[in-house]
Amino acid sequence: MSTGNMNLTLQIWRQKNSKSAGKLVDYKLSEISPDMSFLEMFDVLNEQLITKGEEPVVFDHDCREGICGMCSMFINGQPHGPKDLVTTCQLHMRSFKDGDTIVVEPWRAKAFPVIKDLAVDRSAFDRIIASGGFVSVNTGNAQDANNLPIPKAKADAAFEAAACIGCGACVATCKNASAMLFVSAKVSQLALLPQGQPERYRRVQSMVAQMDEEGFGNCTNTGACEAECPKGISLENIARMNRDYLSAKFISEEEV
Amino acid sequence: MSKLNSNIPAGELTQKWTKYKSSVPLVNPANKRSLEVIVVGSGLAGASAAATLAEMGYKVKCFCFQDSPRRAHSIAAQGGINAAKNYQNDGDSTYRLFYDTIKGGDYRAREANVHRLAEVSANIIDQCVAQGVPLAREYGGLLDNRSFGGTQVQRTFYAAGQTGQQLLLGAYSALERQVGMGKVQMYTRHEMLDVVVIDGKARGIIARNLITGELERHFGHAVVLGTGGYGNVFYLSTNAMGSNVTAAWKVHKKGAFFANPCYTQIHPTCIPVSGDHQSKLTLMSESLRNDGRIWVPKKKDDTRKASDIPEDERDYYLERRYPAFGNLVPRDVASRAAKERCDAGYGVGSSKLAVYLDFKANTERYGRIEASKAGNHNPDKETCMRLGTAVIKEKYGNLFDMYAQITGENPYETPMRIYPAVHYTMGGVWVDYDLMTTIPGLYCTGEANFSDHGANRLGASALMQGLADGYFVLPYTIGSYLSKELATKPIPLDHPAFVEAENEVRATIDKFLSINGSKSVDHFHKRLGHIMWEKCGMARNREGLTQAIQEIQDLRREFWADVKVPGSADEFNPELEKAHRVADFIELGELMCKDALNREESCGGHFREEHQTEEGEAKRDDENYAYVSAWEYKGVSEFELHKEELVYENIKVAQRNYK
Repeated sequence: MSTGNMNLTLQIWRQKNSKSAGKLVDYKLSEISPDMSFLEMFDVLNEQLITKGEEPVVFDHDCREGICGMCSMFINGQPHGPKDLVTTCQLHMRSFKDGDTIVVEPWRAKAFPVIKDLAVDRSAFDRIIASGGFVSVNTGNAQDANNLPIPKAKADAAFEAAACIGCGACVATCKNASAMLFVSAKVSQLALLPQGQPERYRRVQSMVAQMDEEGFGNCTNTGACEAECPKGISLENIARMNRDYLSAKFISEEEV
Repeated sequence: MSKLNSNIPAGELTQKWTKYKSSVPLVNPANKRSLEVIVVGSGLAGASAAATLAEMGYKVKCFCFQDSPRRAHSIAAQGGINAAKNYQNDGDSTYRLFYDTIKGGDYRAREANVHRLAEVSANIIDQCVAQGVPLAREYGGLLDNRSFGGTQVQRTFYAAGQTGQQLLLGAYSALERQVGMGKVQMYTRHEMLDVVVIDGKARGIIARNLITGELERHFGHAVVLGTGGYGNVFYLSTNAMGSNVTAAWKVHKKGAFFANPCYTQIHPTCIPVSGDHQSKLTLMSESLRNDGRIWVPKKKDDTRKASDIPEDERDYYLERRYPAFGNLVPRDVASRAAKERCDAGYGVGSSKLAVYLDFKANTERYGRIEASKAGNHNPDKETCMRLGTAVIKEKYGNLFDMYAQITGENPYETPMRIYPAVHYTMGGVWVDYDLMTTIPGLYCTGEANFSDHGANRLGASALMQGLADGYFVLPYTIGSYLSKELATKPIPLDHPAFVEAENEVRATIDKFLSINGSKSVDHFHKRLGHIMWEKCGMARNREGLTQAIQEIQDLRREFWADVKVPGSADEFNPELEKAHRVADFIELGELMCKDALNREESCGGHFREEHQTEEGEAKRDDENYAYVSAWEYKGVSEFELHKEELVYENIKVAQRNYK
């Protein structure tokens, strides 16, 4: 069994609700084990706050195995903290040192308003998917799956784009709060597959229009989104989406 | 004596579903538009049902407690989804999938339901591929398959180690498409806290808006639960932190019977517990048993590193005990075998509660094949390992990364340490063939119901069942009920039943907030989990279960006297949400122990130490226990047992044998 010996200072963003102003509040924690996940360290803090009669820190989390996309902390200026290719729930305290001060803030973007403390509203992402991030096929209309051979390389590339967990780290890290990496991942997944072709150009147009309507910023190709993405979603997807978006402009209306 | 009618259609097993579909009453499109259906839960079962019902024309409201339907815990399923496609030409068929599932479930599942599941399994793969779900493919462009436990064919479709994610995102996209069209109203960050029953029929729900704290009343001509399993009753499990029994438990208390609560699946390959701080356990997919060999040292308390233990001093105990299935025995068998070795003193790692899962032999084998493909027919060991590691990485990369992240060890170099952990619950709300509970108009789908897996679920069958229920079963069967509801006008939300249900929920919330005790909700949850794991876990006995019931009753009283729930009711308050869930888990835990105590046999995931063969295998008692235990809620700590006899007309019931 692990013994905890790390002492930490946390500076955590506390905000009562979406209407009130927030501020960073300092907390001291001791006897933290390096084997704890970052969220388990928050569990320890909250347990102490509850026992002391203070309000625990609200944060989003669910699966704690890096796949649901719910956890969303901005740690020392980086979404999901210092380690590459992991979500906050898969970040462990062995990535920090005894005596460290750790600053924890919510995702910050106009399109992701803070709900309380570290939890934000990411429903804009659902609305973008609802605007076109699908293949229009009702249940019961499918042909035999192997009637549609798909080259392995294409299928693999589609899978890599589809691995996006919708956490919003790309938006949080972008200086423009752009959602291009998220949107392009879904656009790419379906553009790479034959099933996605009939709606290919209509899809990219409606999803981009919805993205703009939600108040996300523009892309200026700094590449921070790719660097911070916990699932390694590639910038190539943005290039592909831009090509499709441009192509859609030159295609006759009947084809879109 | 029984109030239970499973409503299984008459006729030949293989014709039941076909006949049912062609004779079930239909609802015409105009009428569908005026019928409202509430779907609670947005995982594979909930999202697929909500999307399909909306496509058919019903007015649908869908609820989930997460911030988006895409977060439901189906997303975390790793290994795959079974379907009787026989794409590998290895002799698979609907019958074999049906047979494997009944046998794997240790002859405690309903034949008719399982056969239907096997029949629609192939449609699921077709539907998901049509949606653009990127399942793994071979170089020829066709779909790839792999093996899972309890079968001798390759029928498992997969997307790396993220199959659940890809299937859920497919169902989610279908759901969001209907949301965009205005045919589904989506309520995220909402939790169902009661069902509203009017004149004996389910007519709506009370839900709490988790952001504002407001209690809302929603009407539906029918209500569908797809709210997942209750593994978190053990506190530590592979479930998400939010996974809970609350919706299922609320309907149980309003009259829905709860079936086989003691059937819990302990998954053999999870990352071992590392300390008291641990909040959840992480699964390492069963698919790893395709290429990983499980072993412990032959010597007790061996403290050498795995790599220092020579081949002839290793005990590959699954291969030794079960030569026919080897490392691919079903989960219950593999879990008990690991526990047996560790209890006997052969465990590894600092806690001694772990066994090795070793990829070295297969890495080398793959490397040899790769070298051979490249023209090198006599590769050295180093080349084999290098080339083989690349193959293993492509197959299981994300799982190996996850293991390294959590344990700080490199699984490409040293064998994984694994130990069983609570993973899935076969028990759940009792449903008939239509997936309707004992409350008319209330349906239950996916892991939340009890129907298809008997006493043990085979790997890659949960995704199959969730999507079968949601895409292909419920949308048909619900028509049978709704076709008789055309004259029912939406019931006004000020109906006394809505008011009363809301008042009850509010009273419970007020009670939580007023106790102002000294211990957090998690404190009680951990203690409950400890009792359940020690006394109602992988092995159970009369004495332990009797003690557990007493301890849980004491814990319940202490909870209601000394829990501390901070904050208020009219705000985003996760501690209040947890309080509801843990209060329900405590009551469920008691019923699980009572069910386990009642079942004087061992079957599947339920292992009573008093009932085992000389070789330590589970010993069923078909004469006295070939029934589904369906419990009726009668008040605090009072449950009445109803029995649904299981009749096997198409399968010869036998002692399971994986040797």
